[in-house]
Amino acid sequence: MAKTREISFFGNFKFVLPAGLNDWFEKMGDIFFFIGRFFKELFIPRYEIKESIRQCFVIGYKSLGLVGITGFIIGLTLTLQSIPTLSIFGAQSLVPSMVAIAVFREIGPVITALIFAGKIGSGIGAELGSMKVTEQIDAMEVSGTSPFKYLVVTRVVASTLMLPILIFFADALAMVGSYISYNLLESASIRSFLIIAFQNIGFADIVPATIKSIFFGFFIGIIGCYEGYNADRGTESVGIAANTAVVLSSLSVILLDMIAVQISSIF
Amino acid sequence: MDNQDKNIVLKISGLHKSFGSKVILDNVNLSLHKNETVVVLGRSGTGKSVILKCIVGLISPDSGTIEINGKDTKNLTGEDLSNFRCDVGFLFQSGALYDSMSVRENLEFPVIRQNNYNGEDVTSKVVEQLQNVSLADSIDKMPSELSGGMRKRIGLARTLMLNPDIILYDEPTTGLDTFTSKEISTLIVKMKEKYGVSSIVITHDMPCAKMIADRIVVLKDGKFVAQGTYDELSQSPDDFIRSFFSY
Repeated sequence: MAKTREISFFGNFKFVLPAGLNDWFEKMGDIFFFIGRFFKELFIPRYEIKESIRQCFVIGYKSLGLVGITGFIIGLTLTLQSIPTLSIFGAQSLVPSMVAIAVFREIGPVITALIFAGKIGSGIGAELGSMKVTEQIDAMEVSGTSPFKYLVVTRVVASTLMLPILIFFADALAMVGSYISYNLLESASIRSFLIIAFQNIGFADIVPATIKSIFFGFFIGIIGCYEGYNADRGTESVGIAANTAVVLSSLSVILLDMIAVQISSIF
Repeated sequence: MDNQDKNIVLKISGLHKSFGSKVILDNVNLSLHKNETVVVLGRSGTGKSVILKCIVGLISPDSGTIEINGKDTKNLTGEDLSNFRCDVGFLFQSGALYDSMSVRENLEFPVIRQNNYNGEDVTSKVVEQLQNVSLADSIDKMPSELSGGMRKRIGLARTLMLNPDIILYDEPTTGLDTFTSKEISTLIVKMKEKYGVSSIVITHDMPCAKMIADRIVVLKDGKFVAQGTYDELSQSPDDFIRSFFSY
């Protein structure tokens, strides 16, 4: 049953925290401790390097197709949609540059992270949830091994490392898609297209995008693992864990992006 | 300390556990002797599995002590906790095999992650334990390729990889046909004779209990209400206790 909580200030002012809000704060607290435990276990031997590499393969390599197609279509459609509008102002030659800035700074990282959250966040949530339900996590615990290190640390490390690489891959294919659609409407060589596209791209565009993609990857991994690792007993909870992992990690991507944009606008 | 006390490998004293307002275990006391097999009987939902999970630390008791080989298991950390985990094996109801790993990897998994593991090849040990459960030819199979009985036997082999002094069996024959149940019961007896392990077995399978039990304890309303050999309890004047034996 959902719990309410009474909070008092200076002994005189009291109010009751609604059950839903109380549960939300409790969950945030749990996730905070989960993150703390991740960093503690990350630096204590034994290091699960082999499993981390396997997870990089599962999380990274096996997502290449999905993020590649997504990136390609983003570049293609963004260019097709932009040319008619910019043609009105006679500025269609700026399309490659506009697409590159939009893709590298914002659309590439955010869309790829959302796709990644849907595929990897749900996958991790369902896999760990299923392991919890079938007592595999308990079996690791009682055999004197650390399931947290083997299951959580490896997956979070892999998703943190792999997402920035996937984003670069998606960005590159977005530019390929952009060139193909640009060439359909405006004739341009690949060389001149790339020169125009990258003339306004600098480190100030790439570095913040890379840093925020590392955070995206970390939070998608940690939320997926948290939901799966803390799934209740019962098959229904596997679905709930997968679903909640996608919802929370997608939301975290949007929130982190908003914070990142605010911070990067300062510099 | 008399001889009887020296032979105690597991001692549970005054164990209490509640979930919310529901009392599950109420002052449970139990001693397990070396090379002894104790069967716990009780109706479903009376807390038999909770006892096992308290012993291995998956559930924290509200109060009471659990001593393994004379050491209180409360507040164990680091190497002590790791050693304790090696001393006590747990066979889960479903076998709980890691389904992303082959049988070989399942058996190797706990061994190569122990603090004292020095990198030696554990294949011979894996094969030995698989031979114990007559499944040496399944070494490269995945859990999804195994039947329910085979999963439990592999689960037992994995438990034996750490050479435990005590093995806890959570309904080892549930969901199996009569023939396979008998095979598992025979294995439990064989492991006791071969490795001298002490065991606590939770089961509703009375032919299995008859075959493996040195002593049977009956759990009712969170307390052990009777204990004795199979023959003693089957003659009990108490209808509740006798009801387990009228199968």
